[in-house]
Amino acid sequence: MTPLTLHLQPADWLHLFVYYLSLSLLAVGGAISTAPDMHRHLVGQQGWLTDPQFSASIAIAQAAPGPNVLFIALLGWNVGLNAGGAGAAGWAWGMLGVLLCMAGIMLPSSLLTWAATRWAHRNRQRRAVRAFKQGMAPLVVGLMLATGWVLASAHGSLAHDWRLWCLTAVSMLLVWRTRLHLLWLLGAGAVLGALGWV
Amino acid sequence: MAGARGGGHAALPLESPCSASMHYPTPSPSSPTPQNAAAAVPNHLPPSPETRPVPRSLSELFWSFTWLALQGFGGVLAVVQRELVEKKRWMTNEEFVEDWAVAQILPGPNVVNLSIMIGDRHFGLRGALVAIAGMLALPLLVVLALAMAYASFSSLPAVAGALRGMGAVAAGLVAGMGCKLAAPLVRHPLGPWVCGVIALAAFAAMALLRVPLAWILLVIGGAACVLTWRRLEAPRP
Repeated sequence: MTPLTLHLQPADWLHLFVYYLSLSLLAVGGAISTAPDMHRHLVGQQGWLTDPQFSASIAIAQAAPGPNVLFIALLGWNVGLNAGGAGAAGWAWGMLGVLLCMAGIMLPSSLLTWAATRWAHRNRQRRAVRAFKQGMAPLVVGLMLATGWVLASAHGSLAHDWRLWCLTAVSMLLVWRTRLHLLWLLGAGAVLGALGWV
Repeated sequence: MAGARGGGHAALPLESPCSASMHYPTPSPSSPTPQNAAAAVPNHLPPSPETRPVPRSLSELFWSFTWLALQGFGGVLAVVQRELVEKKRWMTNEEFVEDWAVAQILPGPNVVNLSIMIGDRHFGLRGALVAIAGMLALPLLVVLALAMAYASFSSLPAVAGALRGMGAVAAGLVAGMGCKLAAPLVRHPLGPWVCGVIALAAFAAMALLRVPLAWILLVIGGAACVLTWRRLEAPRP
Protein backbone atom coordinates (compact mmCIF):
# COMPACT_ATOMS: atom_id res chain seq x y z
CA MET A 1 0.00 0.00 0.00
CA THR A 2 1.14 3.54 -0.57
CA PRO A 3 2.07 5.01 2.80
CA LEU A 4 0.51 8.27 3.77
CA THR A 5 2.56 11.04 5.34
CA LEU A 6 0.50 13.39 7.40
CA HIS A 7 1.36 16.59 9.19
CA LEU A 8 -1.20 16.67 11.96
CA GLN A 9 -1.55 19.73 14.16
CA PRO A 10 -2.83 19.63 17.76
CA ALA A 11 -6.16 20.85 16.42
CA ASP A 12 -6.31 17.77 14.19
CA TRP A 13 -5.77 15.44 17.12
CA LEU A 14 -8.49 17.27 19.01
CA HIS A 15 -10.70 16.87 15.98
CA LEU A 16 -10.08 13.11 15.99
CA PHE A 17 -11.01 12.90 19.67
CA VAL A 18 -14.14 15.01 19.27
CA TYR A 19 -15.19 13.03 16.22
CA TYR A 20 -15.18 9.80 18.24
CA LEU A 21 -16.90 11.51 21.15
CA SER A 22 -19.70 12.49 18.82
CA LEU A 23 -19.93 8.98 17.38
CA SER A 24 -20.07 7.24 20.73
CA LEU A 25 -23.74 7.68 21.54
CA LEU A 26 -24.73 6.69 18.01
CA ALA A 27 -23.11 3.26 18.34
CA VAL A 28 -26.27 1.36 19.23
CA GLY A 29 -25.71 -2.31 18.55
CA GLY A 30 -21.95 -2.17 18.86
CA ALA A 31 -19.22 0.05 17.52
CA ILE A 32 -19.04 -1.88 14.27
CA SER A 33 -22.38 -0.37 13.22
CA THR A 34 -20.69 3.02 12.95
CA ALA A 35 -17.79 1.73 10.84
CA PRO A 36 -19.28 3.02 7.57
CA ASP A 37 -19.31 6.53 8.99
CA MET A 38 -15.70 6.22 10.12
CA HIS A 39 -14.74 5.19 6.61
CA ARG A 40 -16.56 8.19 5.15
CA HIS A 41 -14.87 10.56 7.57
CA LEU A 42 -11.32 9.23 8.08
CA VAL A 43 -10.63 7.84 4.61
CA GLY A 44 -12.84 10.01 2.46
CA GLN A 45 -13.16 13.40 4.08
CA GLN A 46 -9.92 13.80 6.06
CA GLY A 47 -7.67 11.47 4.09
CA TRP A 48 -5.96 10.30 7.28
CA LEU A 49 -6.13 6.59 6.43
CA THR A 50 -5.82 4.56 3.25
CA ASP A 51 -8.51 2.13 2.19
CA PRO A 52 -6.33 -0.96 2.78
CA GLN A 53 -5.42 0.32 6.25
CA PHE A 54 -9.08 0.69 7.09
CA SER A 55 -10.09 -2.79 5.90
CA ALA A 56 -7.09 -4.48 7.50
CA SER A 57 -7.82 -2.82 10.81
CA ILE A 58 -11.32 -4.31 10.90
CA ALA A 59 -10.17 -7.73 9.71
CA ILE A 60 -7.38 -7.97 12.29
CA ALA A 61 -9.59 -6.86 15.16
CA GLN A 62 -12.21 -9.44 14.15
CA ALA A 63 -9.64 -12.22 14.04
CA ALA A 64 -7.90 -11.21 17.26
CA PRO A 65 -9.20 -12.12 20.70
CA GLY A 66 -11.02 -9.45 22.63
CA PRO A 67 -13.88 -7.05 21.99
CA ASN A 68 -14.36 -6.07 18.36
CA VAL A 69 -14.33 -2.40 19.39
CA LEU A 70 -10.54 -2.67 19.31
CA PHE A 71 -10.68 -2.08 15.57
CA ILE A 72 -11.10 1.58 16.52
CA ALA A 73 -7.82 1.39 18.42
CA LEU A 74 -6.16 0.08 15.26
CA LEU A 75 -7.62 2.92 13.21
CA GLY A 76 -6.13 5.38 15.69
CA TRP A 77 -2.84 3.50 15.63
CA ASN A 78 -2.66 3.76 11.85
CA VAL A 79 -3.47 7.46 11.87
CA GLY A 80 -0.60 7.88 14.33
CA LEU A 81 1.77 5.85 12.15
CA ASN A 82 0.82 7.92 9.13
CA ALA A 83 1.59 11.07 11.10
CA GLY A 84 4.76 9.90 12.82
CA GLY A 85 6.49 7.79 10.20
CA ALA A 86 8.55 4.72 11.01
CA GLY A 87 10.41 3.97 14.23
CA ALA A 88 9.88 5.14 17.78
CA ALA A 89 8.21 8.41 16.75
CA GLY A 90 5.60 6.47 14.83
CA TRP A 91 4.90 4.25 17.81
CA ALA A 92 4.51 7.22 20.11
CA TRP A 93 2.07 8.95 17.77
CA GLY A 94 0.35 5.62 17.24
CA MET A 95 -0.26 5.26 20.96
CA LEU A 96 -1.62 8.81 21.06
CA GLY A 97 -4.04 7.90 18.28
CA VAL A 98 -5.08 4.74 20.15
CA LEU A 99 -5.74 6.65 23.36
CA LEU A 100 -7.68 9.48 21.71
CA CYS A 101 -9.89 7.20 19.62
CA MET A 102 -10.64 4.72 22.39
CA ALA A 103 -11.29 7.41 25.00
CA GLY A 104 -13.54 9.25 22.57
CA ILE A 105 -15.62 6.24 21.58
CA MET A 106 -15.87 4.86 25.11
CA LEU A 107 -16.39 7.85 27.44
CA PRO A 108 -19.92 9.02 26.61
CA SER A 109 -21.44 5.59 26.12
CA SER A 110 -19.78 4.14 29.22
CA LEU A 111 -20.94 7.01 31.41
CA LEU A 112 -24.47 6.61 30.08
CA THR A 113 -24.40 2.85 30.68
CA TRP A 114 -23.05 3.33 34.18
CA ALA A 115 -25.71 5.86 35.13
CA ALA A 116 -28.60 4.08 33.41
CA THR A 117 -27.87 0.64 34.81
CA ARG A 118 -27.42 2.04 38.31
CA TRP A 119 -30.84 3.62 38.04
CA ALA A 120 -32.35 0.41 36.66
CA HIS A 121 -30.74 -1.64 39.43
CA ARG A 122 -32.15 0.62 42.15
CA ASN A 123 -35.58 0.40 40.54
CA ARG A 124 -35.38 -3.23 39.55
CA GLN A 125 -38.64 -4.14 41.29
CA ARG A 126 -40.57 -1.68 39.15
CA ARG A 127 -42.87 -3.40 36.75
CA ALA A 128 -41.57 -1.37 33.81
CA VAL A 129 -37.94 -2.27 34.49
CA ARG A 130 -38.76 -5.96 34.87
CA ALA A 131 -40.90 -5.90 31.74
CA PHE A 132 -38.08 -4.28 29.79
CA LYS A 133 -35.40 -6.72 30.89
CA GLN A 134 -37.51 -9.85 30.57
CA GLY A 135 -39.27 -8.72 27.41
CA MET A 136 -35.94 -8.28 25.63
CA ALA A 137 -34.77 -11.79 26.49
CA PRO A 138 -36.29 -13.64 23.51
CA LEU A 139 -35.01 -10.87 21.24
CA VAL A 140 -31.47 -11.46 22.47
CA VAL A 141 -31.70 -15.13 21.57
CA GLY A 142 -32.87 -14.24 18.08
CA LEU A 143 -30.12 -11.66 17.64
CA MET A 144 -27.42 -14.12 18.76
CA LEU A 145 -28.58 -16.66 16.21
CA ALA A 146 -28.61 -13.87 13.63
CA THR A 147 -25.06 -12.87 14.52
CA GLY A 148 -23.94 -16.44 13.97
CA TRP A 149 -25.77 -16.46 10.65
CA VAL A 150 -24.23 -13.17 9.49
CA LEU A 151 -20.72 -14.34 10.44
CA ALA A 152 -21.29 -17.65 8.66
CA SER A 153 -22.58 -15.89 5.55
CA ALA A 154 -19.03 -14.70 4.90
CA HIS A 155 -18.31 -18.33 3.91
CA GLY A 156 -19.79 -18.14 0.45
CA SER A 157 -22.29 -20.51 -1.12
CA LEU A 158 -23.21 -23.82 0.48
CA ALA A 159 -22.24 -25.71 -2.67
CA HIS A 160 -18.75 -24.25 -2.83
CA ASP A 161 -17.83 -23.79 0.83
CA TRP A 162 -19.81 -26.67 2.34
CA ARG A 163 -16.90 -27.71 4.54
CA LEU A 164 -16.83 -24.32 6.24
CA TRP A 165 -20.59 -24.48 6.80
CA CYS A 166 -20.18 -27.97 8.29
CA LEU A 167 -17.47 -26.69 10.61
CA THR A 168 -19.79 -23.91 11.77
CA ALA A 169 -22.69 -26.32 12.31
CA VAL A 170 -20.55 -28.82 14.21
CA SER A 171 -19.08 -26.16 16.49
CA MET A 172 -22.58 -24.83 17.13
CA LEU A 173 -23.76 -28.28 18.23
CA LEU A 174 -20.69 -28.83 20.38
CA VAL A 175 -21.13 -25.49 22.17
CA TRP A 176 -24.82 -26.10 22.67
CA ARG A 177 -24.63 -29.67 23.85
CA THR A 178 -21.22 -30.07 25.52
CA ARG A 179 -19.00 -28.15 27.89
CA LEU A 180 -15.93 -28.57 25.71
CA HIS A 181 -13.56 -25.65 26.20
CA LEU A 182 -14.04 -23.00 23.52
CA LEU A 183 -10.31 -22.70 22.89
CA TRP A 184 -10.18 -26.34 21.72
CA LEU A 185 -12.84 -25.56 19.15
CA LEU A 186 -11.07 -22.43 17.92
CA GLY A 187 -7.76 -24.26 17.85
CA ALA A 188 -9.28 -27.08 15.82
CA GLY A 189 -10.71 -24.52 13.40
CA ALA A 190 -7.31 -22.85 13.04
CA VAL A 191 -5.55 -26.19 12.38
CA LEU A 192 -8.15 -27.36 9.87
CA GLY A 193 -7.89 -24.01 8.11
CA ALA A 194 -4.10 -23.90 8.12
CA LEU A 195 -3.95 -27.42 6.62
CA GLY A 196 -6.33 -26.26 3.91
CA TRP A 197 -9.06 -28.76 4.80
CA VAL A 198 -11.83 -26.23 5.12
CA MET B 1 -2.36 -3.54 35.66
CA ALA B 2 -0.23 -3.53 38.75
CA GLY B 3 -2.46 -0.79 40.06
CA ALA B 4 -5.55 -2.90 39.54
CA ARG B 5 -3.99 -5.82 41.35
CA GLY B 6 -2.81 -3.75 44.26
CA GLY B 7 -6.14 -1.99 44.52
CA GLY B 8 -7.96 -5.26 44.90
CA HIS B 9 -6.96 -5.95 48.43
CA ALA B 10 -7.40 -2.43 49.65
CA ALA B 11 -10.90 -2.58 48.26
CA LEU B 12 -12.21 -5.53 50.19
CA PRO B 13 -13.41 -3.88 53.38
CA LEU B 14 -15.04 -1.08 51.41
CA GLU B 15 -17.29 -3.21 49.27
CA SER B 16 -19.84 -0.92 47.75
CA PRO B 17 -23.49 -0.79 48.80
CA CYS B 18 -24.58 -2.29 45.51
CA SER B 19 -22.76 -5.53 46.10
CA ALA B 20 -23.97 -8.98 45.34
CA SER B 21 -26.35 -9.14 48.27
CA MET B 22 -28.88 -7.13 46.31
CA HIS B 23 -28.08 -8.69 43.04
CA TYR B 24 -30.96 -10.37 41.36
CA PRO B 25 -34.01 -8.48 40.20
CA THR B 26 -36.08 -11.47 41.17
CA PRO B 27 -39.84 -11.12 41.26
CA SER B 28 -39.97 -12.31 44.84
CA PRO B 29 -40.30 -16.09 44.55
CA SER B 30 -42.07 -16.36 47.86
CA SER B 31 -45.19 -14.86 46.38
CA PRO B 32 -48.08 -17.35 46.54
CA THR B 33 -49.84 -15.98 43.45
CA PRO B 34 -48.93 -17.46 40.09
CA GLN B 35 -46.74 -14.97 38.33
CA ASN B 36 -47.42 -15.75 34.76
CA ALA B 37 -49.17 -17.84 32.21
CA ALA B 38 -46.52 -20.55 32.52
CA ALA B 39 -47.52 -21.05 36.15
CA ALA B 40 -47.92 -24.76 35.55
CA VAL B 41 -44.16 -24.94 35.16
CA PRO B 42 -42.56 -24.82 38.60
CA ASN B 43 -41.03 -21.44 39.13
CA HIS B 44 -37.29 -21.58 38.77
CA LEU B 45 -35.50 -20.22 41.80
CA PRO B 46 -32.11 -18.64 41.22
CA PRO B 47 -29.47 -19.66 43.73
CA SER B 48 -29.97 -17.53 46.78
CA PRO B 49 -27.73 -14.45 46.87
CA GLU B 50 -26.00 -15.63 50.04
CA THR B 51 -24.66 -18.83 48.53
CA ARG B 52 -23.73 -17.74 45.05
CA PRO B 53 -20.08 -17.09 44.24
CA VAL B 54 -19.04 -13.48 43.75
CA PRO B 55 -15.73 -11.93 42.70
CA ARG B 56 -13.74 -11.59 45.88
CA SER B 57 -11.44 -8.72 44.88
CA LEU B 58 -10.80 -6.18 42.17
CA SER B 59 -7.84 -8.17 40.97
CA GLU B 60 -9.98 -11.28 40.56
CA LEU B 61 -12.42 -9.14 38.57
CA PHE B 62 -9.61 -7.78 36.41
CA TRP B 63 -8.06 -11.14 35.59
CA SER B 64 -11.42 -12.81 35.04
CA PHE B 65 -12.32 -10.25 32.41
CA THR B 66 -8.84 -10.34 30.89
CA TRP B 67 -9.01 -14.12 30.62
CA LEU B 68 -12.40 -14.15 29.00
CA ALA B 69 -11.47 -11.35 26.62
CA LEU B 70 -8.37 -13.24 25.52
CA GLN B 71 -10.47 -16.31 24.73
CA GLY B 72 -12.94 -14.30 22.71
CA PHE B 73 -11.97 -14.75 19.09
CA GLY B 74 -14.52 -13.15 16.79
CA GLY B 75 -16.44 -11.65 19.68
CA VAL B 76 -16.51 -12.13 23.42
CA LEU B 77 -20.21 -12.82 23.88
CA ALA B 78 -20.05 -16.62 23.79
CA VAL B 79 -17.15 -16.69 26.22
CA VAL B 80 -18.88 -14.38 28.69
CA GLN B 81 -21.77 -16.81 29.02
CA ARG B 82 -19.46 -19.81 29.36
CA GLU B 83 -17.13 -18.23 31.92
CA LEU B 84 -19.40 -16.08 34.07
CA VAL B 85 -22.53 -18.24 34.05
CA GLU B 86 -21.29 -21.80 33.74
CA LYS B 87 -17.84 -21.73 35.29
CA LYS B 88 -17.75 -18.93 37.85
CA ARG B 89 -21.54 -18.85 38.45
CA TRP B 90 -21.51 -15.14 39.19
CA MET B 91 -24.82 -14.91 37.38
CA THR B 92 -27.60 -17.19 36.14
CA ASN B 93 -28.59 -17.68 32.52
CA GLU B 94 -31.70 -15.55 33.09
CA GLU B 95 -29.67 -12.71 34.56
CA PHE B 96 -27.17 -12.96 31.75
CA VAL B 97 -29.86 -12.66 29.10
CA GLU B 98 -31.51 -9.73 30.88
CA ASP B 99 -28.22 -7.88 31.42
CA TRP B 100 -27.19 -8.61 27.89
CA ALA B 101 -30.40 -7.08 26.57
CA VAL B 102 -29.67 -3.89 28.49
CA ALA B 103 -26.03 -3.85 27.36
CA GLN B 104 -27.23 -4.33 23.80
CA ILE B 105 -29.77 -1.55 23.74
CA LEU B 106 -27.48 1.08 25.26
CA PRO B 107 -24.99 2.70 22.91
CA GLY B 108 -21.40 1.54 23.02
CA PRO B 109 -19.60 -1.78 22.68
CA ASN B 110 -21.87 -4.45 24.17
CA VAL B 111 -19.30 -6.46 26.09
CA VAL B 112 -17.84 -3.27 27.52
CA ASN B 113 -21.30 -2.23 28.69
CA LEU B 114 -21.77 -5.65 30.25
CA SER B 115 -18.40 -5.35 32.00
CA ILE B 116 -19.44 -1.99 33.42
CA MET B 117 -22.69 -3.45 34.75
CA ILE B 118 -21.06 -6.46 36.38
CA GLY B 119 -18.10 -4.54 37.78
CA ASP B 120 -20.32 -1.79 39.18
CA ARG B 121 -22.65 -4.28 40.78
CA HIS B 122 -19.87 -5.85 42.82
CA PHE B 123 -17.45 -3.01 43.51
CA GLY B 124 -19.12 0.21 42.44
CA LEU B 125 -17.38 2.67 40.13
CA ARG B 126 -13.96 1.15 40.74
CA GLY B 127 -15.32 -2.24 39.79
CA ALA B 128 -16.68 -0.82 36.55
CA LEU B 129 -13.33 0.77 35.68
CA VAL B 130 -11.39 -2.36 36.57
CA ALA B 131 -13.71 -4.52 34.51
CA ILE B 132 -13.27 -2.26 31.46
CA ALA B 133 -9.52 -2.27 31.94
CA GLY B 134 -9.51 -6.05 32.19
CA MET B 135 -11.57 -6.35 29.05
CA LEU B 136 -9.40 -3.98 27.00
CA ALA B 137 -5.82 -3.65 28.28
CA LEU B 138 -4.16 -6.94 27.33
CA PRO B 139 -6.34 -7.56 24.26
CA LEU B 140 -5.28 -4.11 23.02
CA LEU B 141 -1.63 -5.12 23.22
CA VAL B 142 -2.40 -8.39 21.43
CA VAL B 143 -4.24 -6.58 18.65
CA LEU B 144 -1.38 -4.10 18.18
CA ALA B 145 1.13 -6.95 18.05
CA LEU B 146 -1.03 -8.73 15.47
CA ALA B 147 -1.29 -5.57 13.40
CA MET B 148 2.50 -5.33 13.30
CA ALA B 149 2.86 -9.01 12.45
CA TYR B 150 0.14 -8.81 9.83
CA ALA B 151 2.26 -6.91 7.33
CA SER B 152 4.90 -9.66 7.22
CA PHE B 153 2.68 -12.78 7.34
CA SER B 154 -0.56 -11.90 5.63
CA SER B 155 0.55 -13.44 2.33
CA LEU B 156 1.08 -16.95 3.77
CA PRO B 157 -1.81 -19.22 2.71
CA ALA B 158 -1.67 -21.16 6.01
CA VAL B 159 -2.28 -17.96 7.97
CA ALA B 160 -5.21 -16.97 5.79
CA GLY B 161 -6.57 -20.51 6.09
CA ALA B 162 -6.29 -20.56 9.86
CA LEU B 163 -8.20 -17.29 10.03
CA ARG B 164 -10.92 -18.75 7.80
CA GLY B 165 -11.23 -21.82 10.02
CA MET B 166 -11.39 -19.79 13.20
CA GLY B 167 -13.99 -17.50 11.66
CA ALA B 168 -16.18 -20.50 10.83
CA VAL B 169 -15.88 -21.83 14.39
CA ALA B 170 -16.59 -18.38 15.85
CA ALA B 171 -19.86 -18.21 13.91
CA GLY B 172 -20.85 -21.57 15.39
CA LEU B 173 -19.93 -20.47 18.91
CA VAL B 174 -22.31 -17.53 18.88
CA ALA B 175 -25.16 -19.54 17.39
CA GLY B 176 -24.61 -22.39 19.87
CA MET B 177 -24.76 -19.97 22.78
CA GLY B 178 -27.99 -18.58 21.37
CA CYS B 179 -29.46 -22.12 21.45
CA LYS B 180 -28.27 -22.53 25.01
CA LEU B 181 -29.83 -19.26 26.16
CA ALA B 182 -33.15 -20.27 24.64
CA ALA B 183 -33.62 -22.91 27.36
CA PRO B 184 -34.64 -20.52 30.20
CA LEU B 185 -37.33 -19.04 27.95
CA VAL B 186 -39.73 -21.88 28.86
CA ARG B 187 -40.16 -20.09 32.19
CA HIS B 188 -40.62 -16.67 30.58
CA PRO B 189 -43.82 -14.77 31.48
CA LEU B 190 -44.89 -14.91 27.85
CA GLY B 191 -44.46 -18.66 27.56
CA PRO B 192 -42.18 -20.56 25.20
CA TRP B 193 -44.28 -20.23 22.06
CA VAL B 194 -44.61 -16.45 22.06
CA CYS B 195 -40.92 -16.22 22.94
CA GLY B 196 -40.11 -18.48 20.00
CA VAL B 197 -42.05 -16.26 17.62
CA ILE B 198 -40.29 -13.14 18.94
CA ALA B 199 -36.86 -14.74 18.65
CA LEU B 200 -37.64 -15.95 15.14
CA ALA B 201 -38.88 -12.50 14.11
CA ALA B 202 -35.70 -10.89 15.45
CA PHE B 203 -33.57 -13.48 13.64
CA ALA B 204 -35.38 -13.00 10.34
CA ALA B 205 -35.30 -9.21 10.54
CA MET B 206 -31.61 -9.14 11.37
CA ALA B 207 -30.15 -12.04 9.40
CA LEU B 208 -32.39 -12.29 6.35
CA LEU B 209 -33.93 -8.84 5.86
CA ARG B 210 -30.94 -6.87 7.25
CA VAL B 211 -33.17 -4.38 9.05
CA PRO B 212 -31.11 -1.83 11.06
CA LEU B 213 -30.75 -2.96 14.65
CA ALA B 214 -32.32 0.22 16.03
CA TRP B 215 -35.59 -0.62 14.27
CA ILE B 216 -35.56 -4.21 15.49
CA LEU B 217 -35.05 -3.09 19.07
CA LEU B 218 -37.71 -0.41 18.76
CA VAL B 219 -40.45 -2.39 17.01
CA ILE B 220 -39.99 -6.05 17.96
CA GLY B 221 -38.34 -5.26 21.29
CA GLY B 222 -40.96 -2.64 22.13
CA ALA B 223 -43.79 -5.07 21.37
CA ALA B 224 -42.14 -7.79 23.46
CA CYS B 225 -41.73 -5.42 26.39
CA VAL B 226 -45.34 -4.26 26.26
CA LEU B 227 -46.60 -7.86 26.11
CA THR B 228 -44.38 -8.82 29.04
CA TRP B 229 -45.51 -5.76 30.98
CA ARG B 230 -49.13 -6.85 30.63
CA ARG B 231 -48.30 -10.32 31.92
CA LEU B 232 -46.36 -9.14 34.96
CA GLU B 233 -48.39 -8.32 38.00
CA ALA B 234 -48.20 -4.86 39.50
CA PRO B 235 -45.48 -4.57 42.14
CA ARG B 236 -46.57 -5.32 45.66
CA PRO B 237 -46.58 -2.31 47.98
